[in-house]
Amino acid sequence: MEIGSGHYLTLAAVLFTIGIFGIFLNRKNVIVILMSIELMLLAVNINLVTFSVFNSDLVGQIFAMMVLTVAAAEAAIGLAIIVVYFRNRGSIAVEDVNMMRG
Amino acid sequence: MGLTEFFFYLFASVAVLSASMVIVARNPVHAVLFLILTFFNAAALFVLLGAEFLAMLLVIVYVGAVAVLFLFVVMMLDIDFSELRAGFIKSAPLGASIGTLVLVELILVVGLSQFPSNIVGQPAAAIDINLTNTEAIGRVLYTKYLFIFQGAGLILLVSMIGAIVLTLHHKTGVKRQIISAQVARVPESAIEVVSLVPGQSIIPSRDEDGTA
Repeated sequence: MEIGSGHYLTLAAVLFTIGIFGIFLNRKNVIVILMSIELMLLAVNINLVTFSVFNSDLVGQIFAMMVLTVAAAEAAIGLAIIVVYFRNRGSIAVEDVNMMRG
Repeated sequence: MGLTEFFFYLFASVAVLSASMVIVARNPVHAVLFLILTFFNAAALFVLLGAEFLAMLLVIVYVGAVAVLFLFVVMMLDIDFSELRAGFIKSAPLGASIGTLVLVELILVVGLSQFPSNIVGQPAAAIDINLTNTEAIGRVLYTKYLFIFQGAGLILLVSMIGAIVLTLHHKTGVKRQIISAQVARVPESAIEVVSLVPGQSIIPSRDEDGTA
């Protein structure tokens, strides 16, 4: 069977679902939640590149680069927040975060 | 089965397997390493699609920077990860049901319907098959999407400054060099002339900033 856009889109859907599932599964571990978000962004990138190639329009790849940029920035900021939070509280459990008020 | 099909199924299956290992791995260091494997396989799939530049970008940016950042943070923080895994099984049914729902929806929408090739009427930037992928992206990115490109640079700058501002902290109680105070020293404030009575000692008086 010829590999068409449906194959790649299905793969991206599976990766996206694994990302969602990971967020539910590791509800206490912020680092794994961040990794799940990276997985979901990767799935989005696969979708963009697939449509870009199969419609022979380069803009999808440009947009995937922008998603990559935002994902890198988000990971850097998120991990910095985790480091600061761990320095202040000595733990990164998600349910402790609701003590941050005001 | 042709070579393209073989490699697609190889890379896709390894990507899905390693992505599942990311979320179920007991050791977070292993999770990060499986994340790197997932990115490598996605990069191989991009090569298969003909998007070589993005594939290399994925390897350099994700594997080289983001995943290593994750690895640093996981190894730097002294966290009891077994404690964080409590309730792992409890929330699994909810996550599985929502995940299955999303997956079925997505596959029904995108997987079973082959998109017609004329789904976009006029491509905004048609792919020129005579150019390499990198050159084609460069020709579009630096002309038509220049401002978006510069905006991406600004996003990275802001995130860099934000990460530094967040994590930089000055310890209190540490003696630091204050260059302005050193430069501003004048003989009048540094030297004190006292008239000493023979046989009597004198303890030099100290300034507020601790300099003798």
